Amino acid sequence: MEPGTLSTFLKRGAIWGFIVLQLVFFSVAGKYLSLSDTAFMDLDNMLLLLKQSAPIGIIAVGMTVIMINGNIDLSVGAIFALAAVVMLDSMTWPVFAGLGDWVIPVGWGLALLTGVVLGAINGLIVWKTGVDAFIVTLGAMLGYRGLVFMYNGEQPTSHLNWTLVDFAEAQFLGLPTAAWFLLGTVAAVWFIMNRTVHGRNAYAIGDNREAAVNAGIRVGPHFLINFMLIGFLAALSAVVFYSESGSVNPNDGQLYELWAITAVVLGGTKLTGGSGSIISTLGGVIAIQLLRKGLGHIGADTETVNLVIGLILIAVLFLDRQLNLKGKQELRV
Amino acid sequence: MANVTDKTEVRSSGPRESGMNSFNLAGAGRLLARQGILVAFGVFMIGFTLANERFLDPDNIMGVIRSSAILGVMALGVTFVVISGNLDLSVGSMMSFATIVVLDLHDKIGPALAIPGMYAMVLCLGAFIGFLVGYLKLNSLIVTLGMLSAIHGLTLTYSGGKNMDIADKEGTWFSVFGQSDVLGIPVPILLFALVASVLGILLAKTPFGRKVYAVGGNGTAATFSGIRRARVVFTCYLLSAFCVATAGLLQASRSLGSQNTVGQGLELEVLAAVILGGASLLGGSGTIFKTVIGVLILGFIQNGLLLVGLQFYAQYVVTWVIIILAVWLDIAAKRGKLWSPIA
Repeated sequence: MEPGTLSTFLKRGAIWGFIVLQLVFFSVAGKYLSLSDTAFMDLDNMLLLLKQSAPIGIIAVGMTVIMINGNIDLSVGAIFALAAVVMLDSMTWPVFAGLGDWVIPVGWGLALLTGVVLGAINGLIVWKTGVDAFIVTLGAMLGYRGLVFMYNGEQPTSHLNWTLVDFAEAQFLGLPTAAWFLLGTVAAVWFIMNRTVHGRNAYAIGDNREAAVNAGIRVGPHFLINFMLIGFLAALSAVVFYSESGSVNPNDGQLYELWAITAVVLGGTKLTGGSGSIISTLGGVIAIQLLRKGLGHIGADTETVNLVIGLILIAVLFLDRQLNLKGKQELRV
Repeated sequence: MANVTDKTEVRSSGPRESGMNSFNLAGAGRLLARQGILVAFGVFMIGFTLANERFLDPDNIMGVIRSSAILGVMALGVTFVVISGNLDLSVGSMMSFATIVVLDLHDKIGPALAIPGMYAMVLCLGAFIGFLVGYLKLNSLIVTLGMLSAIHGLTLTYSGGKNMDIADKEGTWFSVFGQSDVLGIPVPILLFALVASVLGILLAKTPFGRKVYAVGGNGTAATFSGIRRARVVFTCYLLSAFCVATAGLLQASRSLGSQNTVGQGLELEVLAAVILGGASLLGGSGTIFKTVIGVLILGFIQNGLLLVGLQFYAQYVVTWVIIILAVWLDIAAKRGKLWSPIA
């Protein structure tokens, strides 16, 4: 066994261990504390969990890519809301009145395009001006949210298309639609990050930007592509979620960026870039959702969820540092 | 601050400055780069005044500063944290916590005890964050992100999720901080000015202030020159918590009732004001005075755009453009090139 293998294993597997721990704890505690008779580890309950994880989960996958690249994106919540508004509103435009149900792909396309364009704006600014992504996307968070409000004031944008609702509520091979989108996103982005040149370069840039530049990697285009990717995924998340609910408030998606970052960090991705795994992020997303459901199951106030997640995030950071020190790797924070 | 100014001067005094003419140009460029935010502020004020004469009305100006005071007080504390090279994303939910706690204690133990009680609790939270970031050396972005969520949960648990209201809104002197005037000036403005002057002097004129710049500018060098880095960072978070408590006091006193989410999202607006004031997120630069200017710019833009007749939410879009332009021009002046060197 090579030195450091144990700590690497611990770090990689930690999030899944945590999930198992939660499952056991909530199942046992639920027997004594829960008001309902249903077991916590009920299959339907777990499928529902995957569906509920989808909105944050799809965004968190994109955030992983951005953070592996050494950047951060605080504007995803606003992109999420704007894409949802575009999707629901465009389906009522008189231009598309004659399309029947074909208006659905048009609305989806426009929403996804919105996400890609907004992401591209962020990416281009980061690339061309050299301003830190944190500041660029912090500004964009305000700006894009302003656009959402300017679009329709403080009114919710609503449009129910029953074909779309049926599609969103359907189950395919036992899994809800939203869960398929989440798993599909994880698989696709895993492939991009692990089996393509772009993915390898993204890791290299995040790990050591100067070395990557010296190796002939063009940093800017990779930044741009990744910001377009997260814009696309934020819009995809909105499309999947609002196909079912059919109504978006201008404040929707607020703090989603922080939830996504929390999930990514729980999954073990470093803020400094260069390391991280898409699959572990999925673990982080599931862990958060499990905690939410579990605390509800044992009858704790839902309010305590925020408290517990915040403290767990800090504890993870602390443990991660201790493990890193033991593995003789200096944490580069 | 000192080291940053030095860098600019060294860079621009190259061989290019041969003639008297170019020297003046370089001087003007340097002035623009260093005081760009003041110039932008002036341009905005003139533009809004030309567009609408009510803009310069003393009542209007007083109103803008007054409504900026809560955000402003929080920005003062965050300035210390940012200069020391860290971030504080927890100020928004901490402000909600302060507001809820002081309103709750007001009815339970009376305003005279409620205020110190609330300050003590908020300072404990600040000390906890300071301990984690300063002494345990954990990443401040993630720690304060976690605390954002944790304190929000704490507030909800404390209040049970209900809105908090003072029972007897007419008969309490508690409203003095948020609603009354002294010599014609609203008390929130006076408090903002007081905290700004004290912290401004602390940052610019005392050894502690020097240490904050040193820790943010080059932490390793600061440690080697005998500065206790952990203690400085810890104190910065305590100062930030103090400012947040003051902001919560102003908010509670102004409205005498509050939702649990009153400060939600403020952390990023505060950060926007600090960045607009020219503080670098890498640490080591920024001043209290410039942060005040950043806060005022945000306030006056909001007000000016409304007076010009744009809708309320257009200010967010304008703020977005201004933040990016401000930071871009700042770093462009430092590197001497407009476009970034990223390939």
